[in-house]
Amino acid sequence: MKPIVLVKNLGKQYQIGTRETGYDTLRESLVQAMRAPMRRLRGTSKRNVETIWALKNVSFEVAPGEVLGIIGRNGAGKSTLLKVLSRITEPSTGRAELYGRVASLLEVGTGFHPELTGRENVYLNGAILGMSKAEIDRKFDQIVAFAELEKFLDTPVKRYSSGMYMRLAFAVSSHLEPEILIVDEVLAVGDAAFQKKCLGKMGEVAKAGRTVIFVSHNMTAIRSLCQRAIWLDNGEILESGETNSVILNYIQRGAFATLEKTWEDSVTAPGDETARLRYVSVAPVGQEPDEPITISTAIEMRVGFWNYQPDALLNFSVVLYNLEGVAIFNTGSSPRSFPAGMVEGSFVIPGNFLNDGNYTIRLLLVKDTSIPLLDLHDLLSFEVLDSERSGNWYGKVLGAVRPKFDWHLTANN
Amino acid sequence: MGISTTDDPNALPPMTQGTRVANLETPQLPNEPLVTIEANRAWSISELHDLWAFRELLYFLTWRDVKVRYKQTELGIAWAIIQPLLTMLIFTLFFGRLAGVPSDNVPYPIFAYAGLLPWTFFANAIANSGNSLVGSANLITKVYFPRMIIPGAAVAAGLVDFAIGFVILVVLMFYYGIAFGWGLLMLLPLVLLTTLLATGMGMWLSGLNVKYRDVRFALPFLIQLWMFVSPVIYPSSFLPAKFRWLLWLNPMTGIIEGYRSSLFGLHFNWSALATSATITFLLLGYAAYSFRRMEKSFADIV
Repeated sequence: MKPIVLVKNLGKQYQIGTRETGYDTLRESLVQAMRAPMRRLRGTSKRNVETIWALKNVSFEVAPGEVLGIIGRNGAGKSTLLKVLSRITEPSTGRAELYGRVASLLEVGTGFHPELTGRENVYLNGAILGMSKAEIDRKFDQIVAFAELEKFLDTPVKRYSSGMYMRLAFAVSSHLEPEILIVDEVLAVGDAAFQKKCLGKMGEVAKAGRTVIFVSHNMTAIRSLCQRAIWLDNGEILESGETNSVILNYIQRGAFATLEKTWEDSVTAPGDETARLRYVSVAPVGQEPDEPITISTAIEMRVGFWNYQPDALLNFSVVLYNLEGVAIFNTGSSPRSFPAGMVEGSFVIPGNFLNDGNYTIRLLLVKDTSIPLLDLHDLLSFEVLDSERSGNWYGKVLGAVRPKFDWHLTANN
Repeated sequence: MGISTTDDPNALPPMTQGTRVANLETPQLPNEPLVTIEANRAWSISELHDLWAFRELLYFLTWRDVKVRYKQTELGIAWAIIQPLLTMLIFTLFFGRLAGVPSDNVPYPIFAYAGLLPWTFFANAIANSGNSLVGSANLITKVYFPRMIIPGAAVAAGLVDFAIGFVILVVLMFYYGIAFGWGLLMLLPLVLLTTLLATGMGMWLSGLNVKYRDVRFALPFLIQLWMFVSPVIYPSSFLPAKFRWLLWLNPMTGIIEGYRSSLFGLHFNWSALATSATITFLLLGYAAYSFRRMEKSFADIV
């Protein structure tokens, strides 16, 4: 079948400008400021221009009615690809042909104005997304019903709760009827009920025979919506094909984590004359180190350090943060002294405790119960994946943690 | 347990793996792509189509600007009248009375107002549109539409204030007993010309402002300076005849004098007006060309 989207050798280069020298004095910075435009006029700008390729040689096709998922870790080029396909930014190389009307949804509520009422924002947002006034008039009642905001239509949206705001914004977006729909991680926002609604609507869009290009970190959503997936890494397509196999490889090989750090040199390792770190690591318990960590996996954290002062009272403190920066827990070892030399320790985070998501570890080494010798943020990071679920609900399970409790249900009849 | 935290897990339509529904209504694909994306794309006719296709967005953005501008102000849209009216009073006092600036045999207050009205529109239009792109970064990085619409809407929003200010002008004309003549027919082309000039300047400045934020600081000075070299508070006859041509190089000269000729039934200086029109169209052409070139990098640097 003839593709509706044809992408050939697409590339996008970004410049990262760096100055040669820093400005030291006021006089110097003034002189620099005077010279800079002159140099520009003469075209002899001596700026070092560093460039990075956010996308490199990306080629693929999408058949009409197909739902294509794009996966990859943060910074892999997913959003850049969507921006190029949405014509927000121009590619540096290559070409893409789109044989249909395109609408892109990189954010819900783009252009919402806080001072305007809900009704006014529906029209404004609709027009920004490319709907005509007649089209919005026709769908207005459906949009309002979908958002469940009939009573607040004439209230400025700055008085809306964030949930109401999101509902209205998504309601407008979801009534777009393009032939090709480009969707970024819109499901990452809002509560579970909202996400469920979004996913349901996405499913409807896909069923209506529209072509969708869909970026998400939510593998369950990708799996349920997309027939085919593309795995982007460092701006390049690493793999493309049937969704399940691409996701499987992505999970197994995609190293989104710093699971281990070691310091060979006892002089430069973090620490001081009391103690210096030798290594830190996290690893799944009872499985190969490169196997994915899922919500049911127990995780062991290990620490090794060189101890120089046999009389110092030392203890570790570990804080685990999720991606939103919320501290999930803080655990500490009890203070004690150690003989000089290598000291090693560990603890285990049980399985069925953490929710799925990305986590970072902060490590503190505390002397005499109150003086921190070390305080290292983002020392390690790892991702906990959702495991296979039964049933057909794919939203994120609420909560900072996701313990598995014993449920007892009995029928009393 | 498959129990979810929300009330009704069955509300989600079941989506089974690998449902291919494309065959239900296979769309007829056109032979030519509707959109072609490539590096360094030259200006093509399809972009004019785009501009036309998004005309309603121009309307909505203009409407938003007007609507939002006077929100949470006590006096609301009255500000559109107060601003030029107060400026007129101040100018009348200082330039008309104290400095004794001549006014082509028209009472100074209405002479000044007839100059201030198009000038205020022009000045606000280039100030607002000059800063419009930078102020719309959230749109530029998230949605596609022809970027020219943003500075364009900022100019168009100024037209609303212009129309309100015009009501005061009519009142003043009655008050001073100025007869309405055929010259008034020229008002529409003059308003159009002012709008085009403001669009050209605004478009060019707004694009420049994305890359060089210096524009934001330089703009107020530019506008102030520009007013003094335009015959807003004085007639061009105020200058010695041999320097007058210099004033004509400023496209606003022909325009402002044109407004006065049209309103007060004076005779038109057609050559000055022709100069203004020529410069306006050249500027607009250059602005569109340069905007198109700068546009490509807006989303990356705004």
